[in-house]
Amino acid sequence: MEALISVCLLIGTFFTLVAAIGILRMPDIYMRVHAVTKAGTFGIGLILLSVALFFVDSAVTSRVIGIMLFIIVTTPAAAHLLGKTMLKSKYRMWRNLSNR
Amino acid sequence: MSDLFSVTITIVYGGLLISFLCAFIRLLMGPTHADRLVALDLIGFITISFIATHAISSGETAFLDIATTLALVAFLGTVAFVKFIGERLSQTGDTKGEEPWKH
Repeated sequence: MEALISVCLLIGTFFTLVAAIGILRMPDIYMRVHAVTKAGTFGIGLILLSVALFFVDSAVTSRVIGIMLFIIVTTPAAAHLLGKTMLKSKYRMWRNLSNR
Repeated sequence: MSDLFSVTITIVYGGLLISFLCAFIRLLMGPTHADRLVALDLIGFITISFIATHAISSGETAFLDIATTLALVAFLGTVAFVKFIGERLSQTGDTKGEEPWKH
């Protein structure tokens, strides 16, 4: 059981780190939103899952499920809202001009 | 708390700290407001992860309530700030302060 919790924690940390590197290195706001929304949600979900596995308790599990559901529902909504707002502005999308 | 566990939790704290630093650099230098907003969103996620890891390492379950509140506040802040950006864009009619990405 401890090994399973450790593996969940480590994979969750890895995906959070991937999201952070993505937000730092990606050239465009849309790509940054993409990195944060997908990798970040997966990483935080795994870390919360390891909390639920560590305390085998219905009170903790219900709270963890509540946080996970809330994050899974609200994060794509916020990202969609931000993308739509930026699409209306004059923000230009990134084009790869290095291999022309 | 066994040996494997303490090593894992140390690694997790380190990885989350590096992620926090990356997001903070983007928060400081992000060219538009939207970049800063996305970085702030990720910082909220990382803080929730920190709280969850601390709940494991200390054995205290009350921290999860704080994580719930933080998730709520982060979403509300994101929506409010997106509304602010959109209204400012529609008022001024151009992208003042929102520099387009330069090639």
